[in-house]
Amino acid sequence: MGGPVFEDLSVGDVVVTETLRFDRERLVRYAGASGDFNRIHWDEAFATGVGLPNVIVHGMLTMGAAIGPVEEWAGDPGAVIDYQTRFTRPVPVPADDVVEVAVSGAVAVLDAEARTARVDLTVTAAGAKVLGKAQAVVRL
Amino acid sequence: MTDTLPDPSFAGREYPPTAPYGVGREKLREFAAAVGARHPAHVDPDAARGLGYADVVAPATFAVVIAQAAEAQYIQDPAAAIDFSRVVHADERFTHHRPIVAGDELVTVLHVDSVVHRAGIAMVTTRCEITAADDGAPVSTVTSTLAVRGES
Repeated sequence: MGGPVFEDLSVGDVVVTETLRFDRERLVRYAGASGDFNRIHWDEAFATGVGLPNVIVHGMLTMGAAIGPVEEWAGDPGAVIDYQTRFTRPVPVPADDVVEVAVSGAVAVLDAEARTARVDLTVTAAGAKVLGKAQAVVRL
Repeated sequence: MTDTLPDPSFAGREYPPTAPYGVGREKLREFAAAVGARHPAHVDPDAARGLGYADVVAPATFAVVIAQAAEAQYIQDPAAAIDFSRVVHADERFTHHRPIVAGDELVTVLHVDSVVHRAGIAMVTTRCEITAADDGAPVSTVTSTLAVRGES
């Protein structure tokens, strides 16, 4: 599977765009797969009881789902050598609803010596950023 | 009320290495499906071998599964005074020294890097150093910050 060629990249290139979709089933699936059973992610009465608008997506699920398109773009999941984010805003998921989260990733830094590209992700729900400083370093 | 906030004296603490975590092929497939990671190297051993890996490759955030288990030593210690109902995940970072693949046996050493109180909130930063059980080679560093609200 051929990945991108370092010399062909320029800062500002948009390399991934994707719409993520989250429903209650997906949150429960992530809870089971990750072992994170915090009730704010699956128990609406508990979530609203601690002041949240509803059950919310695991920040780690949003982070984990947003990097998939970058792994595919890189052509090798092991090429993502560093990935960080801040969790800036919760993503509520009402019952029987599907919440869309938009992901866009652009080349922000090219390091010719290390042959790495830093891809900065813009991740929004209903027009508001839900991840901040979401940055992935990809070795090419 | 700051007495509901985490104990700052835990900063600098280092925990003993965990028992080895065995990375299973089906666990990686399950995690990849849960995050929606579609690269074939997460599920197909032949695709992974084609990229030079011994077996299927973990998604970039899979190490959180290993890290969260290690962090529980600290987070769930009553003496640390972390009220999980007041916790918000503030940030997370993965630095991969090499990819995690099925068949790995991994050991984690948990560090509490800082516990900082400011304006009724505590910021707690932990770092998990994940290494290969057989030779101690570094695999992943996982840094996580929790924000803990005090009682108001």
